[in-house]
Amino acid sequence: MTLLSVKGLSVSLGGRAVLQDVSLTVQKGEVVGLIGPNGAGKTTLMRAILGLLPHQGHSSLAQLPPRTRGRAAAWMPQSREIAWPVSVETLVTLGRTPHLTPGHRATAEDSAAVDRALERMGLAAFRHRIVTALSGGEQARVLMARALAQEAPLLMADEPIAGLDPAHQISTMRTFASLAAEDGTEGQTEGRAVIVSLHDLGLGVRHCTRLIVLDQGRIVADGAPTTVLTPALLRDTFGISAWFEATPKGPVFQPLEVLE
Amino acid sequence: MRLYVILLILMGTLFGVALMIGPAGIAPLDSLRALVFGGDGPVPLVMREIRLPRALLALMIGAALGMSGAAMQGYLRNPLADPGLIGVSGSAALGAVIAIQTGIAATATLALPLSALAGALIGVVLVLALAGPRGGSLTLILAGIAISALAGALTSLVLNLSPNPFAANDIVFWMMGSLADRSMTHVWLALPLIGVGLGMLAMMRRGLDALTLGEDAAQAMGINLVQLRLLLVFGTACVVGASTAVAGAIGFVGLVVPHMLRGLVGARPGRLLWASALGGAVMLLAADSVVRVILPMRDLKLGVVTALVGAPLFLHLIYRTRRGL
Repeated sequence: MTLLSVKGLSVSLGGRAVLQDVSLTVQKGEVVGLIGPNGAGKTTLMRAILGLLPHQGHSSLAQLPPRTRGRAAAWMPQSREIAWPVSVETLVTLGRTPHLTPGHRATAEDSAAVDRALERMGLAAFRHRIVTALSGGEQARVLMARALAQEAPLLMADEPIAGLDPAHQISTMRTFASLAAEDGTEGQTEGRAVIVSLHDLGLGVRHCTRLIVLDQGRIVADGAPTTVLTPALLRDTFGISAWFEATPKGPVFQPLEVLE
Repeated sequence: MRLYVILLILMGTLFGVALMIGPAGIAPLDSLRALVFGGDGPVPLVMREIRLPRALLALMIGAALGMSGAAMQGYLRNPLADPGLIGVSGSAALGAVIAIQTGIAATATLALPLSALAGALIGVVLVLALAGPRGGSLTLILAGIAISALAGALTSLVLNLSPNPFAANDIVFWMMGSLADRSMTHVWLALPLIGVGLGMLAMMRRGLDALTLGEDAAQAMGINLVQLRLLLVFGTACVVGASTAVAGAIGFVGLVVPHMLRGLVGARPGRLLWASALGGAVMLLAADSVVRVILPMRDLKLGVVTALVGAPLFLHLIYRTRRGL
């Protein structure tokens, strides 16, 4: 099942083309890693897909009415804003916003979704803590749980693992993988997919089913990690060399040198 | 829930107290009996034409300032925001000052509040024209500051050029804010505007909660930010414009009340709206009673008392916040 289709998406900011003619589709079950150097347009692409930016071209999500879109895709921005010292539970419950009919309170189903999200991110014990008193990494996990509580078929996260400790980086990526592997036993969704922007290519290789490489506002490669991360692409797009091998413990990717 | 009940009881009690205080020196029970059952003589007249409108205005305006303060802080995600920030109170005051200076204010009871409302309307149109219906909260703050500064400068100009010291005197005292000598006419003028404005601000509840996560996340969850911004600007313009028009500038209520109550509603900006409305009513009813008890003969101005009470309270809150960090 196709969860997202994008055709010919372009964005210009201040007269400069930031994104040019991007097309992609995402099926259920995929964990798509969006990679590319700084300023390649990863955040712009995700925001344009969601209709948060003025854009040309077609995105199946941007066309939806706002609340329907909120039920179709959850968005975790890069800036980890938490304006008020609310409890973890309150913050995660905000993820249910698109499911609430105007003027109605959260139902038992909403609190069940919140419980599942807290459980998944290992935050059950944090439920009544004040979010702003937590560490940066813990706050990132709470925000992640908020996006999970939205229980949308498509989850889009902008550098969700930046600033997490290694264990939580891995477990967050595994959470994405398990979300995508689900086929609708929990919640009401029928299969899910994740789009996640990353700088850690090693984690991307191990946990994503597919990598999309952006460079200067264009998609330069799209496919399985092993086919995408060729020495030529690493040189041309990232300007690095790397050691990349399939081992008995899974694929291992280690960037080595900056190429002059 | 318990907080709302406590605030409601406090508000009811202080409303009763406000009705029983006054220079006429009527026994409390007689005053309430006269208010409810009417009758002949001066007592029902005092109660119904002087004390009742004063207490009603304190309640309405307190609620208006409290809720608009909470909405402004929630929308801007800044605990230092205040309903005066978008320039409506400044431009309403300018309208009133011009009315006093030109003598229009003396021609009819409603001349002054109506020209203050006209000022508020011009202010809000200018703010929206400057900041645009879309765009981030920063442009709204900047536009509001610009309009406030302009209105303030023009108010000073009017005072500066005033050939008549009595008018200048009137203007200065009016700007301090007061509920003395208001009539039911003022109540009927302010009531619909404050009612509509409170309704608009109350509709922001879910949007303000979602904004805790920032504008991008809120928008992606289906919150219409353009609509939220218009609700804020028009709601605030209605309540603050009407409040300033009938009572002058009353500071610190919109700033301090949401700040005091935030901890009691789990910091949720949506729940803070009605709590701050009740809290604002409590604060203004209390302050307006204090004004009449402390210096009954000197016509102490309400705005002076709210600032005198509000500023140290605010300092205390800052101190507490600093320790909490």
